[in-house]
Amino acid sequence: MAADRGNINLPDEKATRSIVLAGVGGQGTVTAANLLANALVSHGYDVKTSEVHGMAQRGGSVISMVRFGSAVASPLVPAGGAEALVSAELLETLRNVEFLSPDGRIIASRTRVDPLPVLQGAVQYPSDAEERILELVPGSVIVDAVEIATKAGDARAANTVLVGILSPVLPMGEKEWLEVIDKLVPAKALDANKKAFLEGRKLG
Amino acid sequence: MAERTLMTGNEAVALAAYHAGVVFASAYPGTPSTEILESFSRFDGVYAEWAPNEKVALEAAIGACLGGVRALAAMKHVGLNVAADPWFTAPYIGVSRGLVVISADDPEMHSSQNEQDNRYYAKAAKVPMLEPADSQESYDLTREAFLISERFDTPVLLRMTTRVCHSRSLVEAREPEKPEPIPYEKNAAKRVMIPGHARLRHPVMVERLAEMEEFSNDFTYQRAERGVGDSVVVTSGVAYQYVKEAYSGVSILKLAMTNPLPRELISGFCEQFKDIYVVEELEPFLEEGIAALGLWPRGKQSVPRVGELNVDNVRAAFPELAKEHSALSHITRPDGLPARPPILCAGCPHRGIMYALARQKAIIAGDIGCYTLSVLPPLEAHDCQVCMGASITMGHGLEKALELAAGESEEEGASSHRVVSVLGDSTFFHSGVTGLMEMAYNRGRYTVVILDNRTTAMTGFQDHPGTGVTLQKDPTTSVDIEMLVRSLGIENVRVVDPWDIEECRRVLSEEMNRDAPSVVISTRSCVLRDKTSWRAAYAVEQEACNDCGLCMGLACPALVKRGEEITILTDACVGCGMCAQVCRRDAIKQG
Repeated sequence: MAADRGNINLPDEKATRSIVLAGVGGQGTVTAANLLANALVSHGYDVKTSEVHGMAQRGGSVISMVRFGSAVASPLVPAGGAEALVSAELLETLRNVEFLSPDGRIIASRTRVDPLPVLQGAVQYPSDAEERILELVPGSVIVDAVEIATKAGDARAANTVLVGILSPVLPMGEKEWLEVIDKLVPAKALDANKKAFLEGRKLG
Repeated sequence: MAERTLMTGNEAVALAAYHAGVVFASAYPGTPSTEILESFSRFDGVYAEWAPNEKVALEAAIGACLGGVRALAAMKHVGLNVAADPWFTAPYIGVSRGLVVISADDPEMHSSQNEQDNRYYAKAAKVPMLEPADSQESYDLTREAFLISERFDTPVLLRMTTRVCHSRSLVEAREPEKPEPIPYEKNAAKRVMIPGHARLRHPVMVERLAEMEEFSNDFTYQRAERGVGDSVVVTSGVAYQYVKEAYSGVSILKLAMTNPLPRELISGFCEQFKDIYVVEELEPFLEEGIAALGLWPRGKQSVPRVGELNVDNVRAAFPELAKEHSALSHITRPDGLPARPPILCAGCPHRGIMYALARQKAIIAGDIGCYTLSVLPPLEAHDCQVCMGASITMGHGLEKALELAAGESEEEGASSHRVVSVLGDSTFFHSGVTGLMEMAYNRGRYTVVILDNRTTAMTGFQDHPGTGVTLQKDPTTSVDIEMLVRSLGIENVRVVDPWDIEECRRVLSEEMNRDAPSVVISTRSCVLRDKTSWRAAYAVEQEACNDCGLCMGLACPALVKRGEEITILTDACVGCGMCAQVCRRDAIKQG
């Protein structure tokens, strides 16, 4: 009989760690999560990621979750479960603070993408978004990721800048990160992404 | 250690199918199942196709399987409704090489119109069902599914959910198989389901069910995990992951094969515990089966029956099982943040025709696709929508009812010409064509608008019978929508460019006032798919603009109103010029 095979369900010794990445469709949030996840795999972690496809291309919010540890169960991060929120857009940063543990950190781009109700003039974009983020999570790192990426050679590498800023708290060395970027990023965007990552890493 | 690769559940299913020797796969795209066929199609030596709809996909897969090769059909949960006809009889005729059907359910309705629980389809059709909980199981259980299919001479249902399809986790692949094709042999008594034959086949299925239950009791992937305490949780699919995290240390019976339910396994294991719990997503499928054993588990009285599960709501369902009784402390989200609804893209061809249509006195029967987004303000151009293809047929009923109602009351009722059905090209090929026959044959007098953007945009630009390209990117024939419509006996067929709002308005108005059935084909490629149509951006001349806001009614993400001033975001504008067309002061000019 299949039952009673002696499997013991015991709590994991080492807790699962979680990072949430947020943004708007088209900003490359899922690609950044994939980069992070593969770097963690190359370091020997068990990794799970989760995201929702579907209507993101039509301007909706995007959330990607990356969890890692010795044995990860749920692919979803519980509220308060994330040690870091990496966000490519200010409003999406505020929208997703719930995932963050009270001692977690925020790494965000000073980028504003107006949703339709704001474009239509029906509601206001929170003009004090940056101040509110800093108030909620003192010590948040907020940078012009698009500008940094543009200087590195490709504005679309903004998320790679953010992952670079996150990277020093993770155990992978610079060489490991660059190897993963080599493996995942298409040739024509490779140099810009490596540079963007390293620029970010300096700020982390 | 063997190499382990990070992949989605969908990619794992595709790889496993390839490793199981599947050479034929058919599907209609639908979130969250789409990437299964896309991934599978990239392997060497396989045949993969987009079928016009899920019924066609499953029937083609049945045929391939009778032809002696392993075959697969993949669909989203509501796709199995479309394929339900072959689904219920396929187990009567059985298989040759294995046949696996994948149903990707969408709890929480991330991208669906309902959140039906397709496990009941397995039970209703007496088909064995497997439920993977992560990508490794998606791989392993797909491999097993083909063995089960051939062992018991039946199709197998692999039931996935969004969080299994679209989550990534590590997969270790096994040695590929190369099953030999089975030479074709005629067996009409088994494969032609006239009543006399079917009456002989149904008892075989009932007998088989008992054998499959024995198998299910012993199936290697059923996991009994002994923990601490005198409670046990029975679970399946991704819910297992939440149970493991929320109730760390509890005993778990995790079922991978959930039809037939392994009753002996469940009784044998659960009877060792004082309290039995069931945690499953959506309906009380396992709970009902376990309750029927007289075990009276606790389940849906506390576990949400609506939406997805997660660690938080699983913990809250039975706090007595959680080591930490309360949720983690977290930062509170500020109130009043602007929502970010999905929107039609800048330059989307649907915008022009839907804008023109919203300004007609029309009851708009809509359908499934990007254009359904036009239900939201400010366009508000949808009155009803149920499922793929229903726009044309609901429109037919609506028009007849309005006519009947007006006739009885003998008043100036709603004119039949007010009904307009709207659907996309891919949806039209999926299940709109039969509806159009209904309209022509039964003398409907309303107007059908086919939004032909030359792709299946919503699910990520899949080809279809109108694009002239196959899934594997080979050239093929292309359906001429206008000729098809005319061949059904509909004489009034007009083609418009949806970027020309005035033309759309004029043609819609003419066709809606006609005392005959009519079809308007709105033709322009999806702007995301075909960037060659992009033109220079437009700009607002502020001296000429009186901030009337007419252009804002287009709900274009390139138009922005700050305070009273309206401007165009140059980077977002693709130069469709629709805003310039609606401006009455000639204040919007191409730069």
